[in-house]
Amino acid sequence: MNTDADHLHEDHKTGIMRWITTTNHKDIGTLYLFLSLTMFFVGGAMALIIRAELFQPGLQLVNPDFFNQMTTMHALIMIFGALMPALVGLANWQIPLMIGAPDMALPRLNNWSFWILPFALGMLGSTLFFEGGAPAAGWTLYPPLVLQGGDALPYAIFSIHLLGLSSILGAINIIATILNMRAPGMTLMKMPMFVWTWLITAFLLIAVMPVLAGAVTMLLTDRFFGTSFFTASGGGDPVMFQHIFWFFGHPEVYILILPAFGVISTIIPAFSRKKLFGYDSMVYATASIALLSFIVWAHHMFTVGMPLAGEIFFMMTTMLIAVPTGVKVFNWIATMWQGSMTFETPMLFSLAFIVLFTIGGFSGLMMAITPVDFQYHDTYFIVAHFHYVLVPGSVFAVIAAVYFWLPKWTGKMYDETLGKTHFWLTTIFVNITFFPQHFVGLAGMPRRIPDYAVQFTDFNAISTIGSFGFGIAQILFLYILYKTLKQDVTADNKVWEGAEGLEWTLPSPPPYHSFEEPPKVE
Amino acid sequence: MRNFIVFLLSTIPTLALGDWEVNLPRGVTPTSILAYDLHMLIFYITVIIGIGVFGVMFYSIIHHRKSKGVVPANFHENTKIEIVWTVIPFLILVGMAIPATQALILMEDTSEAEVTLKVTGYQWMWKYEYLEDNVSFLSRIDSESNKARKLNSGVDVRNVKNYLLEVDNPIVLPVNAKIRLLLTAGDVIHAWWVPELGGKKDAVPGFVNEMWFNINKPGIYRGQCAELCGKDHAFMPIVVKAVSKAEYEKWVMNQQNNNKIANKK
Repeated sequence: MNTDADHLHEDHKTGIMRWITTTNHKDIGTLYLFLSLTMFFVGGAMALIIRAELFQPGLQLVNPDFFNQMTTMHALIMIFGALMPALVGLANWQIPLMIGAPDMALPRLNNWSFWILPFALGMLGSTLFFEGGAPAAGWTLYPPLVLQGGDALPYAIFSIHLLGLSSILGAINIIATILNMRAPGMTLMKMPMFVWTWLITAFLLIAVMPVLAGAVTMLLTDRFFGTSFFTASGGGDPVMFQHIFWFFGHPEVYILILPAFGVISTIIPAFSRKKLFGYDSMVYATASIALLSFIVWAHHMFTVGMPLAGEIFFMMTTMLIAVPTGVKVFNWIATMWQGSMTFETPMLFSLAFIVLFTIGGFSGLMMAITPVDFQYHDTYFIVAHFHYVLVPGSVFAVIAAVYFWLPKWTGKMYDETLGKTHFWLTTIFVNITFFPQHFVGLAGMPRRIPDYAVQFTDFNAISTIGSFGFGIAQILFLYILYKTLKQDVTADNKVWEGAEGLEWTLPSPPPYHSFEEPPKVE
Repeated sequence: MRNFIVFLLSTIPTLALGDWEVNLPRGVTPTSILAYDLHMLIFYITVIIGIGVFGVMFYSIIHHRKSKGVVPANFHENTKIEIVWTVIPFLILVGMAIPATQALILMEDTSEAEVTLKVTGYQWMWKYEYLEDNVSFLSRIDSESNKARKLNSGVDVRNVKNYLLEVDNPIVLPVNAKIRLLLTAGDVIHAWWVPELGGKKDAVPGFVNEMWFNINKPGIYRGQCAELCGKDHAFMPIVVKAVSKAEYEKWVMNQQNNNKIANKK
């Protein structure tokens, strides 16, 4: 009947031009995920350089300046190149499938928000080859130190502008899609949890990325146009940068974790064969975490010399975050309770997420206590804390999501035994890497140092061994992905017995324009 | 490959050499002891919560399996229990906040100090000025550590005494006296931290921060810069020699005389 229309719809380019010109949410989702995986290995290689140097006391491999470039670039690439694109990639693939839409609301904008990224990251990466090297003042870019940087600084700043632009455009698209393109009958309080968490995350992105852009622009004018926003000798205030930066930076860490919460809230019910416990309270908890994230920023800088009242305020607001976060963990466990659980790879990663993220949450609670944070601040205890919430936190959620939805996306089933092997290797090595860092941090090892006093040797050596194991385990992940795509074992539409949601009503792989007719939601 | 194995084997003896310290030092000042006690309190609370939460979770993982023929229950909502697990954590937090706030108030009270030491951070050394006694000097990493820490220096750093934690001119301070530090910096932000004396404070150019401690035990206490300050951030240690008041006064006199001699020259 409408074969002509169908034919037109399917008329897309092939080869490389397909990917450059695509406006399809699945193609763009794939691009995001592919970029993320690439950057995960680039950032990971930098982490291994850091860990290799820290294997022994004394300097063996790199000079201190290059070491600082590595810590700075590792963080920037992992945050802006690996994790954020991974989460946006998942949003691109899943949101239209989950809300019953044919595509994202703004497909051309979607193409643009992706294609800014490789150029922005390329520019950031190119600074490694500059005379004077890449930015080396830490990813937090604190002045006045960062202003001592060479030619890399303006490139890094422009690249941060572009990365922020990409995130804002992506966020606008996600909000427009969720608010306008849900299937009839899908009210806000019936949306899948992953869609809810991304809706809230998108608002966070729009709120804080411009703040970061403003802060780095002030750095730019301080360096090149004679202003002194952050230079004390010109009447500026170096600490003001930290306030502005962390006003962005704290919501940013929730940008990295809220969609991960959404993934976990999808996978735990599927493999427990039981509905998510406390859906409403999960939505409210996510929203409260997002709102609280705007009034806790100064806990990243308790040692800068704040008034007592300020310290007490930020201590108490920070502690409050434990309440909605606790609600989430309790709800996940209540979801499992009296379920009928099976333990496929996505479930294993999700269970590890709950345990290890909670450990990161505990150390976070300890740090909220300002008088003790004076001891923890800027030590490896902090490094251990945020790696626990970001690696077995966000990264595990992304890996779980890939295992969970890969059969839907490709129509092919991955090798379960290899998947489980990948899980166990990753989980064991992630703990060998990061757990000892709690110890050296408490014992007094500052972060961001290329060389350390000999009493920290043992745990650093263990941590380095763990990190190389972790890296090798991820090569297995690459192989699993490759093997899945090359083989013929097909996945059926439902894939998982307990999975619920609109995406499972579509064939695997889903058609090019996911839902041409909106499905009805009861 | 063979080189790598030799390298790995060569590290085995070092495993016995380092110490396996896993916790915060309790320290030798009222503030460090307060921080340590709070640290342990919160740590034990999180351990108890962790045992409870993970206990329930693993019970469920072991018993509520499909392979055991469990049929999933149907419940997915319970307002009462949601209120319970919102209110109880909140009350625990209030319980933590009270001692924490008390400790914070004490730590921020820098009044009535007996000795005021001005600390200025530079890339990559510290300048110390005893404001009452007119004594001042620079303090840098000692030359032995400084040689050993160079890339491929050929020195086995394990044979260097107090590697990276030794300076040419240590700070000397009296025990059982309230010491007030005034911190600032000449170029970029640094942070002054000796774990056994309690928390750290940033030294920010253009601003003066304050902190205090009261050392209750004579001894030598070591620390490092704790805020990334450029390429030699790892190489600006801090050494504090805490001595009796009489000894301290003698040291001050000596310093003043040395300064006079230096000025005459």
